[in-house]
Amino acid sequence: MPERTMIQIDDVTKSYGDFHALDHATLTIKEGEFFSLLGPSGCGKTTLLRMIAGLDQPTSGSISIDGQPMDGIPANARPTNMVFQSYAIFPHLKVGENVAYGLKRLKLGAVEEKRRVTEALEMVSLAGLDNRGATELSGGQRQRVALARALVMRPKVLLLDEPLSALDKKLREQMQVELRRLQQAVGITFILVTHDQYEALAMSDRIAVMFGGRIAQIASPKEIYQRPVNRQVADFLGGMNFVKAEIVEENGQSITVDTQGFGRVKTERPPAFAPAGRSATLGIRPERLRVRWDDATAKHEVKGTVIERHYFGEITHLLVEIPGMEKPLSVTETNDFGADDLPLGATIRLGYDPDALVAMAE
Amino acid sequence: MTAALEGTTPYRAPRAAPASFLKSEEAKGYTLIAPPFLYALALLGLPIVVVIAHSFWSQTYLTVDTTLTLDNYRQALFEPIYQDLLLRSLFISLTVSVTTVCLAYPVAYFISFHGGRHKGLWLFVITIPFWTSYLLRVMSWKVILGYSGVLNSALMGLGITDEPSSALLYNSTAVLITLTHAWVAFAILPIFVSLEKVDRTLIEAATDLGDGPVRSFLRVTLPLSLPGVIAALLIVMIPTVGDYVTPKMVGGTDGVMIANAIQAQFGRAMNKPLGAALSVTTMLAVTAMAFVSVMSLRALVRAFR
Amino acid sequence: MSLPRRLLANWLPAYAALFVLFLYLPVMLLPIFSVNLSATPKFPLTGLTLKWYEGLPKTPALLDAAWNSLIVGVSAAVLATVLGICAARAVTRYRFRGQRAMNGLIMAPLVMPEIIVAVSLLIVLLSAGLSLSLLTVTLGHVLICVPYSISVLISGFEGFDRSLEEASADLGETTAGTFRRVTLPMMTPAIISSLLVSFTISLDDFIMAFFLGGNDVTLPVYVWGQLRFAAKLPSVLALGTLLLVASMVLLTVAEIMRRRAAARTQTTGGLLA
Repeated sequence: MPERTMIQIDDVTKSYGDFHALDHATLTIKEGEFFSLLGPSGCGKTTLLRMIAGLDQPTSGSISIDGQPMDGIPANARPTNMVFQSYAIFPHLKVGENVAYGLKRLKLGAVEEKRRVTEALEMVSLAGLDNRGATELSGGQRQRVALARALVMRPKVLLLDEPLSALDKKLREQMQVELRRLQQAVGITFILVTHDQYEALAMSDRIAVMFGGRIAQIASPKEIYQRPVNRQVADFLGGMNFVKAEIVEENGQSITVDTQGFGRVKTERPPAFAPAGRSATLGIRPERLRVRWDDATAKHEVKGTVIERHYFGEITHLLVEIPGMEKPLSVTETNDFGADDLPLGATIRLGYDPDALVAMAE
Repeated sequence: MTAALEGTTPYRAPRAAPASFLKSEEAKGYTLIAPPFLYALALLGLPIVVVIAHSFWSQTYLTVDTTLTLDNYRQALFEPIYQDLLLRSLFISLTVSVTTVCLAYPVAYFISFHGGRHKGLWLFVITIPFWTSYLLRVMSWKVILGYSGVLNSALMGLGITDEPSSALLYNSTAVLITLTHAWVAFAILPIFVSLEKVDRTLIEAATDLGDGPVRSFLRVTLPLSLPGVIAALLIVMIPTVGDYVTPKMVGGTDGVMIANAIQAQFGRAMNKPLGAALSVTTMLAVTAMAFVSVMSLRALVRAFR
Repeated sequence: MSLPRRLLANWLPAYAALFVLFLYLPVMLLPIFSVNLSATPKFPLTGLTLKWYEGLPKTPALLDAAWNSLIVGVSAAVLATVLGICAARAVTRYRFRGQRAMNGLIMAPLVMPEIIVAVSLLIVLLSAGLSLSLLTVTLGHVLICVPYSISVLISGFEGFDRSLEEASADLGETTAGTFRRVTLPMMTPAIISSLLVSFTISLDDFIMAFFLGGNDVTLPVYVWGQLRFAAKLPSVLALGTLLLVASMVLLTVAEIMRRRAAARTQTTGGLLA
């Protein structure tokens, strides 16, 4: 896949009076990329998607798609198509007519139109449902029709606004896999808006995490999860133990800190790292702390007391109090070795990889 | 790009963007509401202003003298005949609206709480008579209450009375009955709508907290459905005060209302300014009465809590 | 079940049934006496006849009035519905300053004594130099029909998912095309319902037609004139029965259409008023 820019968001702001739904966002999305906009509701992700689609206009800044500036170009003239959160299936039209809706304007001729509709319905595994009424569809089927209706237009960019949020858990997980497969098959740029971090992690090539109208971090799922730039991102992507630390030494690439409980650690310096004074925060994910069952003392370990235990079937969550640390550590351990049987008050040792301790901005 | 995307159709050239104001939501809203609003402004707003203006003028034979005067209002308010008519109209409209609401409330309650799947059907069945000709419905009451009418013949047939009574028709009571019948179905709608909005778990909560059905109704259901009751009260009270057909057909001399006087001033009597003053007075009086009724109703319901 | 609750559960349905009876009985007398042989409406009936109906088509004044009512009704229904569509859409779709006040004025005829609306209009139309005719009646009828039209249309518009129009634009359709291909077809049942309701109101209205009609007589005004003569009562009853049936049919169709519209836009509730 060539590394060609498909979408360029340049310093885009969307204001409603004094409220900035989107605040100076800058972002580049590559051709063929599966890109996710992730954040809590009201973070501006849907606003940004709608501006790419042309359904809303930026207050300032510019958007270009495939090298073409989109200023003043209405939604109906943009090379994007959207799968709406409500699916927006036209209830007065049949499935086939819904899918053919946009094609009608292209005046392809009946044969070609029919061929493209059939092809699109096959693509979303709805072959043969052309004549089904739109109101007779299940939630999953409506989602597929919405997808087919957008894909049949052969857009340069497919926009998906929380497409899976209305589906139940099992169907949602199945559709995540299917959507990803479909994107790889058609090869076009997908932009997905979601508030579900697992969905974003599972499907995306890259993710932009957004809070309060601002983009906090743009990176691959792994990077976002393992090296969140700040506490907010870390928290949103899952559990994180925050460890207080004091800076001993810092330079452009790395910092060295003295931590509570974990001793002296040297770690990569995050891009937006601007500590107030000498104190800093490090983080470590609960599953990166492993209970040590052997007796051999390792170099990287902390000792503590189990104060709470919660059983979750395949895993157990432990809360472990460490002498010298303000807050107990949260630990996620598999049940293979009997973490679910650890008695409260037991003294255990937790091993860790020092690379798993990451510095982050507040 | 892969096969599915071959031959991506070229997109149309960008069009010039219209001025941003025209594209704004607000502008679209104004453009849309303009035709009905201007229509109402020209044929309702303006006429009301003209009527108010007329009420301060006076009639000299065929022309209207535009010297400002309060003479019309003096007549409207202090001449015994207009005083009587206005007070009677207010009394009738208050009685009708209160009776109507009292009769309608249980039905609205029944449909909302016990209507089950047939709520829509019930409402339809109940509202249909309201939509049939008002004139005809008033006429039916004339047929029922008349000297040789249905009620008299029925009463005689059952041996309850020996001769037909003329007391049934051509009085205020006949007007009250007819108007109540005419408006009662219409009063159900707003009450029903507000009852539908009452969260049923609130009533369960009241019961759970120890209220019996009557107390939970008075303390939860009734206060929450008050907006509907008020709407029903107003939607009956205001139009009935100016009713023309009913008093004319079943009211006799005893049941004449202010609308008949207004009509007379615009018709035979040819005194538009006085008619205008009567209209304005009626509107103001009924508005004041509506205001007082709503306040008392609120106070009454608050007392139950 | 406690005793008060059982009482409540039992008296309410009985009361509701009585209520419906009270609503319908007077109206049902019209058809009954319209087939009565005797000219005076009282029980017992003297015999069945259709002669009062047979007389109707032979009355030119009645036919004129019916024709006038039809013209006024159709014009008022179309105009009121067009204005109603604008207002209902403005109210359900957009937010702008002064919206409540503007909407309030449009809906005002619903809570004003009709006679006051009529005489005010009368003064203005006369000073504007218009002579009273079917045109002035139509103008008045549009005024009183628009609020009802809006109520009916809003119940059809309210549940309308805005993203349907956005989806249409997103799929390349123009604003006009979106209106034609999405908005209009989805609104058709509500629009038909509004037309029927407006027509029915116009057909039944007496006050506006009486004050603004001049020498042009519509059906209710004709009926009003006939009521002065006791001998004409049975024909009026026959005519009334026909109007009653016509109104009921129109409203039933209107209600079915409105429900279909509501089902389409997936709303519940929404009433005929």
